[in-house]
Amino acid sequence: MSTQSDDDKEDTSGRPTKAVVGSHRDEEEVFGKAYDPRIVRRIWSFVKPYQSRIFISVAAVLVFTLTQLAIPLVIRYAIDHGMTAGRLDQSVMIAAIGAFSAIILINYAASYVQESVVGKVAENVLSDLRRAMFSHLQRVSLSFMDKTEVGRLMSRLQGDVNSMQEFLETSVMSVGDIVLLFGIVSVLLWLDFRLGLLTLSTMPVLFIVRLFWLPRAKVAFMAAHETNSIANGALAEGIHGVRTVQSLERQHVNFDLYDEKVLANLNAHLTSAKYAQVMVPIVDTLTGIAMATVIVVGGSMVLSHSLDIGVMVAFLFYIQRFFDPIRSLTMQYSVMQRAMASGQRISEVLDVPVDVSDRQGAVALSRDMDGSVEFRNVTFGYRHNQPVLKNISFRVNPGETVALVGPTGSGKSSSMALVHRFYDVWSGEVLVGGHDVRDLTQDSLGDQVAMVLQEPFLFSGSVLENIRYHKTSASREEVVRAAQAVGAHDFIENLPDGYDTELEQRGGNLSLGQRQLISFARALVADAKILVLDEATASIDSYTEMLIQKALITLLEGRTGLVIAHRLATIRGADRIIVLQNGEIVESGNHEQLMARKGLYARLYTMNYASFDDISEGELEPDAAVGKAT
Amino acid sequence: MNTQAIGGAPERGKSFAHVAEASWGKGLSTLLRIVRMTLRHPWQVAITIVSTFIAATLQLFIPRLLGRAIDQAQGVMAAGAGAAAEQALWNTALTLLVVSILRGLFTMAQNYYGEAVGHRTGYELRLAFYEKIQRLSFAYHDRVHTGDLITLGLLDLDGVRMFFSTGILRVVLLGVLIGVGAYLLISTDLVLGLLSLSFVPFVAWRSSVTQLALRSTWLTLQERLSVLSRVMDENLGGIRVVRAFAAQRHELEKFDRAKLSALELADQRVDIRVSNTSAMNFSFLAAMGLVLWFGGQKVIAGQISVGTLAQFLTFMTILQMPVRQLGLMVNSFARASTCGTRLFELLDAELDIEDAPGAKDLVVTDGVLRFDNVGFRYEGAGGRPTLSGISFEARSGETIGLVGPPGSGKSTIAHLIPRFYDVTSGTITIDGQDIREVTLQSLRKAVGVVQQDAFLFTTSIENNIAYGNPWARETRIGQAAEYAQLHNYIIGLPAGYTTVVGERGASLSGGQRQRLTIARSLMLRPSVLVFDDSTAAIDAGTEQRIRAAMKRFAKDRVTLIISHRLSSLMHADQILFVEGGRIVERGTHEELLALSGRYRALYDLQLRPDDDRPVVAGAIPGKVETGFPGKSA
Repeated sequence: MSTQSDDDKEDTSGRPTKAVVGSHRDEEEVFGKAYDPRIVRRIWSFVKPYQSRIFISVAAVLVFTLTQLAIPLVIRYAIDHGMTAGRLDQSVMIAAIGAFSAIILINYAASYVQESVVGKVAENVLSDLRRAMFSHLQRVSLSFMDKTEVGRLMSRLQGDVNSMQEFLETSVMSVGDIVLLFGIVSVLLWLDFRLGLLTLSTMPVLFIVRLFWLPRAKVAFMAAHETNSIANGALAEGIHGVRTVQSLERQHVNFDLYDEKVLANLNAHLTSAKYAQVMVPIVDTLTGIAMATVIVVGGSMVLSHSLDIGVMVAFLFYIQRFFDPIRSLTMQYSVMQRAMASGQRISEVLDVPVDVSDRQGAVALSRDMDGSVEFRNVTFGYRHNQPVLKNISFRVNPGETVALVGPTGSGKSSSMALVHRFYDVWSGEVLVGGHDVRDLTQDSLGDQVAMVLQEPFLFSGSVLENIRYHKTSASREEVVRAAQAVGAHDFIENLPDGYDTELEQRGGNLSLGQRQLISFARALVADAKILVLDEATASIDSYTEMLIQKALITLLEGRTGLVIAHRLATIRGADRIIVLQNGEIVESGNHEQLMARKGLYARLYTMNYASFDDISEGELEPDAAVGKAT
Repeated sequence: MNTQAIGGAPERGKSFAHVAEASWGKGLSTLLRIVRMTLRHPWQVAITIVSTFIAATLQLFIPRLLGRAIDQAQGVMAAGAGAAAEQALWNTALTLLVVSILRGLFTMAQNYYGEAVGHRTGYELRLAFYEKIQRLSFAYHDRVHTGDLITLGLLDLDGVRMFFSTGILRVVLLGVLIGVGAYLLISTDLVLGLLSLSFVPFVAWRSSVTQLALRSTWLTLQERLSVLSRVMDENLGGIRVVRAFAAQRHELEKFDRAKLSALELADQRVDIRVSNTSAMNFSFLAAMGLVLWFGGQKVIAGQISVGTLAQFLTFMTILQMPVRQLGLMVNSFARASTCGTRLFELLDAELDIEDAPGAKDLVVTDGVLRFDNVGFRYEGAGGRPTLSGISFEARSGETIGLVGPPGSGKSTIAHLIPRFYDVTSGTITIDGQDIREVTLQSLRKAVGVVQQDAFLFTTSIENNIAYGNPWARETRIGQAAEYAQLHNYIIGLPAGYTTVVGERGASLSGGQRQRLTIARSLMLRPSVLVFDDSTAAIDAGTEQRIRAAMKRFAKDRVTLIISHRLSSLMHADQILFVEGGRIVERGTHEELLALSGRYRALYDLQLRPDDDRPVVAGAIPGKVETGFPGKSA
């Protein structure tokens, strides 16, 4: 009680010192080098299958650009040879219109081919790229997956792949821009060298202006983008945590903090709008100067008959298209930088080594194998020099159920993972059905060893699909039988659409206990000889718990079972108990034997923990005052 | 739009489905409301619209000036001396330059202020949205999917925000360009004028139809992409299950199916877009060809000058872009009306739980919590009420235990005390004050609920513990953590109290999360503290140490423990067995055991398998003797 008096009066008038809303993930590098040959080669290997289509589209882009270049020339021809005083000629007009019509038709076709082919190739390439990454991730080592946040991988599969798409689409278009730029320059110089040179002199000005503008503008654009994602993150957090916010009365504090973030975003947007818009009068002024030049210089030349009027008209037409390619080409530079950064990250994913793969001549584990599991002097760890399992040996006989028990970090889960060859051992061997797992094909191993994980992971889809996840060929009857056997049938029948009820993401519309039962049914349908099971730690209400215990018995019937047990009932039901501590087997035997030994197991048991997890190592030492962090 | 991240849009739930396409009347009133919101920045709106007018008008002068220059160069208009002709050219050129510069400046103003108005409106909307979301009751949040709310706050809000610049301003721009432009052209030459405008209706129609088609397929595409990203996300999240069942091939097939369906639609969209672009190009060039031919004839016949012809042709090139974008304008209207309708529906939603008029702050004196014949029914849940006839009383220092089968209504009782939901009958009072008549803020400060499914914010442990009292001093935070038996764990972490936890932070075990939530609730020093099944993942030993620690100041509060683990609540002063929304048994542990009813049955069920073990509670040797705050020392 004494605590309430002295520090009770916090000053709540000022800005809260311990409050933030939203979290911000450090943005990954957005821009890379503008050109990295290694990455370009890598990406090119995905474009290569569509090589011929790319050539077609580049050709179409060229044709399209040429038709655009030709139109003012046709107008010029019509004016100068068909309608100037003294040169009125209907046949020229007919020729001009004929040429114009032909150009329109070609333009139509080229524009269609160009955009459609590029668009589709880009869609296909990105789809292939995504699939290659996805399928590679199916094979990479689990230790990579353990270390890597799913969100981060997803952003590579999505954001990075999308920015490659943008790059592919725009780079074909930039070919057109380059051609247009050089086309306009050469046509102008060809029509009249002196006037052309004068008019074109505005072009480098824009180039220089943009060179100065771009880096600053990019910073402003990035800031707008970043503050936006910060504000959105805060909003998402506010929505997800709304119940907590309300129950702790944090609305006012959060509103003020959110206001700050949204205001920062508003200001960043306004700044970036300034940068974007300041180019408009500059380009318009330069265009004005170029047109004024043509009017004054070109006009006087026309007056002195040293220039055809049609050429002047053509000049004016070209000037209006003049600055577009420069604008998009300078933008393309940023697109390219961004694509290189994305390409780099995509390559990283594709380059993650595959540690565990079928060796040459691996054999399939036959269905008739005896179903034994044996560890022989197994040493294994995730980090160099930090073994998690140290020289472990034990054997689970066919049909036997063995419970693995021990505090967190003792190596139980690692042993389980090794049976499935999620990782390869450092030394020693793991045998399933008498074969070293490294000599077996992974598919056949997966067929014969079913696994139930602590966190029952379900996929979106119907209950039926989830239960026959492993064996898609299983009939509805088989599924129902399995569900009945594990006691899941009743609640499934009570779902809105019974077995066809669609589960929300990760089975969100079911309780933990129900998900657990479905994952049991799933393992039962898989009908493997060996069952590896990690019991759920979170406690479930007693009613469901009873169902689960019964289901477990059904599930283990006639199978070899290796169970990471947390519940006393399960542990006591096992044929044998192996107690692990710090990666070593410290005790083994059945419940009575172990109790009689009065060792670690007996101590854990009398300490009466609901589960053997969540016990820190420190607490295992009777004298230790404070447990160390688990 | 094609840069939209795939799967960016979460699936739309049923809750907003009825406003998927708003009716005309409703759509119109939504648009008007957006306009009114925009008008909250009258000066900026005025500047934008005036600038748009001026910029568009100036732009219309450019073809005229060019035409005049060409005529001047040809000597048509100034047939006089060379010097005068040159002077005329200079005049035209300078005028053109000035017009161009002004047009640029006004366009800049138009675009900048247009965006500024949009962003400011967006800013106001975002705040209003956030504020509303935070105040809407639990019942609302139960009903509406979080993914939908996020879509609403991001995508729909954007649709409303951009209406001014992509909708309204385009109308002004096109109105001036086509209206004034048409007048100028037709008054110059009727036939050529009509011919130069001939592409407008076709392009406008094509572009609108296409944009609407793209819009509807866009939604479908987003859905398909979100299926694809769900396949990937689940696969990567559940990679152990996938590998455990050797289901990689199956997963790749799922991926391919999702990929293919998205790809097909994406290709279709390319087709829609491309056939539109090329058709628009074609009709524009065809109109140009017609103008060239008939204009040429007129020039030959001496009816018009080459300059006039050039004027028509350049005018067409100026008009081309805005007309092509007409589809975007149509799209902007459609988008703003549906998005706006959805958004305003939320902003207008009535708050079903708010302060009563003239509500006073709750004053806790004796700390007596009383349920008087309380009944409750969840909104939309037909049939049986969730709770009925719940009555009990608890005073400071007492502990009430609530137990019962899943779905019996235990948690609902907990949620009624801080008014997460309002009772449908009966009353709940604290020291005689009906909780509906005091301010929400004072009530919720006085009632702490330790939730079952704790939400941790992605920030430091320290900030999380101080969430309800962000001004708290470090010593108090440390103390709360100590009570919750978390302090030792925290100081063992490399970054200690500043370690970032939550979705993107270090992962905590279920038990640690729950302990952190307990510490968080303790920071508020509530007069009523409810544990809503919030120790399920904490082992019995730690749980007892937590209770022992809290016992020290438990005499100042009412403690309510909801648990399905009997060892958590068997020492309560009063245990209520809840079933089917009613209290079916009540009494102390011993009384209930003696009753040989449901409580007894549950006790047997939980403890039978281990009946050779020492009695559950207080079994940690040498650590805690007995441990219940309620048993006042």
